[in-house]
Amino acid sequence: MTDEKTRDADTIDLWVAGTEEPQFSPTEYSPTDEGSQEIGAEETQHRLDEQFGRVVSDDYVFDDDALDDERMIVNMGPQHPSTHGVLRLQIELEGEIIRRTKPVIGYLHTGMEKTAEQLTFSQGPTNVTRMDYLAPLHGELAYSLAVERLLDVEVPPRAAAIRVLLTELNRVSSHLVALATNGMDVGALSMMIYGFRERESILAFFEKTTGLRMNHNFIRPGGVAADLPPGWKDDVAAILDDLPGRLAQYDDLLKENPIWTSRTRGVGVITADEATAYGITGPALRASGVDWDLRKAFPYSGIDQYEFDVPVGERGDVYDRYRVRVDEIHESLKIVSQVMDTIPKGDYRIDDRKITPPPRARIDESMEALIHHFKLFTEGFKVPAGETYVAVESPRGELGCYMASDGGARPYRMHTRAPSFANLQALPIAMADSLMADTIATIASMDPVMGDVDR
Amino acid sequence: MTDHATIIDDLVGGFDSAELEDSHGQHVVRLSPAEWKSFAEAAKEAGFEVCVDVTAVDWMRQKAERFEIVANLLSMRHRLRLRMIAPVGRVDPTIDSLVPVWPGANYAEREAYDMFGIVFDGHPDLTRILMPDDWDGHPLRKDFGVGGVPVQFKASHQVE
Repeated sequence: MTDEKTRDADTIDLWVAGTEEPQFSPTEYSPTDEGSQEIGAEETQHRLDEQFGRVVSDDYVFDDDALDDERMIVNMGPQHPSTHGVLRLQIELEGEIIRRTKPVIGYLHTGMEKTAEQLTFSQGPTNVTRMDYLAPLHGELAYSLAVERLLDVEVPPRAAAIRVLLTELNRVSSHLVALATNGMDVGALSMMIYGFRERESILAFFEKTTGLRMNHNFIRPGGVAADLPPGWKDDVAAILDDLPGRLAQYDDLLKENPIWTSRTRGVGVITADEATAYGITGPALRASGVDWDLRKAFPYSGIDQYEFDVPVGERGDVYDRYRVRVDEIHESLKIVSQVMDTIPKGDYRIDDRKITPPPRARIDESMEALIHHFKLFTEGFKVPAGETYVAVESPRGELGCYMASDGGARPYRMHTRAPSFANLQALPIAMADSLMADTIATIASMDPVMGDVDR
Repeated sequence: MTDHATIIDDLVGGFDSAELEDSHGQHVVRLSPAEWKSFAEAAKEAGFEVCVDVTAVDWMRQKAERFEIVANLLSMRHRLRLRMIAPVGRVDPTIDSLVPVWPGANYAEREAYDMFGIVFDGHPDLTRILMPDDWDGHPLRKDFGVGGVPVQFKASHQVE
């Protein structure tokens, strides 16, 4: 990031000492009762502005000729509440300005790609669902789509619709956590409580549908594990009724809040060119002004039959990434409501007993059903030799699954292209030459999930 | 917008070792490791502005050359994906780094080095990324055992 960007008067209310002082109109803001009380004799207008956060005046100057002994390396994490898990940063500071950053990762590495080689194709989703634990259904979807592509099978329309319904709800719940933690990290504690409260209603629906709040193992090769529970439409309708009003409340809370905007506007800027060069995807890419969404570009699971827009930001700063996430929640709710209205009747998994187990009742009646059941749950099904790469748009970006099969019942190689892993590469660029105090806001806006980074 | 097949054919045509394959409807180019980087540069020229992922597969005792390096490319302009695959041998698993072409390949190549011991020539910082720095071996190789930590059972706590 260049100095020019930070000093752009349009994007940030930061007044650097020695430059022309910005003009403020006192009539624009009306002081609250508490703030308007006289505190001391030195209560000048400028002093008030500082206290209100309308103007940030710092006495540091950008000095490129700093001596080596003025540079300091600060270690942040891995045990740090604001790094969203076990992210460790080595930050080289010059005074209060970050010059270089090096993310150190791997503290949560559990060898899940190695584990995937030991699990059959039907056991695989239990593994991938634990990678990005805030968006487990997207991981399962990418895995299942990869297996289905190697098998050359197509799931029934109802299964595809259920998958879209659940993954879009999952996107909403994941973005709510992103908003909540982003709010908490810059001091908006109420946002954290609100975000987690609304997420709870979605997790309750997931629990009713899949049996678990997280790590569902619901989307499986060949379809989904079960049909939607009775009364699911009421639950989804309640979520659809409730959320837009709540989102409007968050906008009241944050959208034009001077503290929030001054902490996020012009902070952690990633330009469109940087984003594409570093393989950044998801909301972070769209906030930089690149109109790119895999749901539009390479539609999966029949998502192209639903109408939705792709929100795009302009400046690529923390504020735009926050706005893109809020807008994406609205778009996801649009998709969910369309799925609810148009969901087709039929099977929720393919009717191929070599891939999906027979219904429980059939096992008592049919020898073949018993054999199929036994074979599926001991040996698993075999997948023809080949290799493929399938990507879905997870809340964090392109979640890809590269799968190579040698014709056996287990993946020969399963590699997950984790969006958080790639997005983390942009952190040093977004943070270079910015203030130490902006670190937390920048990390939070990239929304890394360490389970996804380290796998 | 030019036709997808034309873009791929124009790109692949300029390289002797490049073989175009259709893998379940996806474009795959198999290359010799010598042409790995020059192909990547040509691909970037042709509009593949993002290197989504670099990884490796260990085909121990199944293929003549033990490792396959896989790079997934993406062209946002043409809405097109292309996968580059090059084999490297067991004795000296070295291939040119793609970081000078796409900086985003950095972490992915470090991961492939960490997990398979593939050396990426020209990588700015080829160190372990997920495993501890003093780790012995490369876990995703097929001859690296799954292993486990032995659990010690004691009879110290007995319930009557």
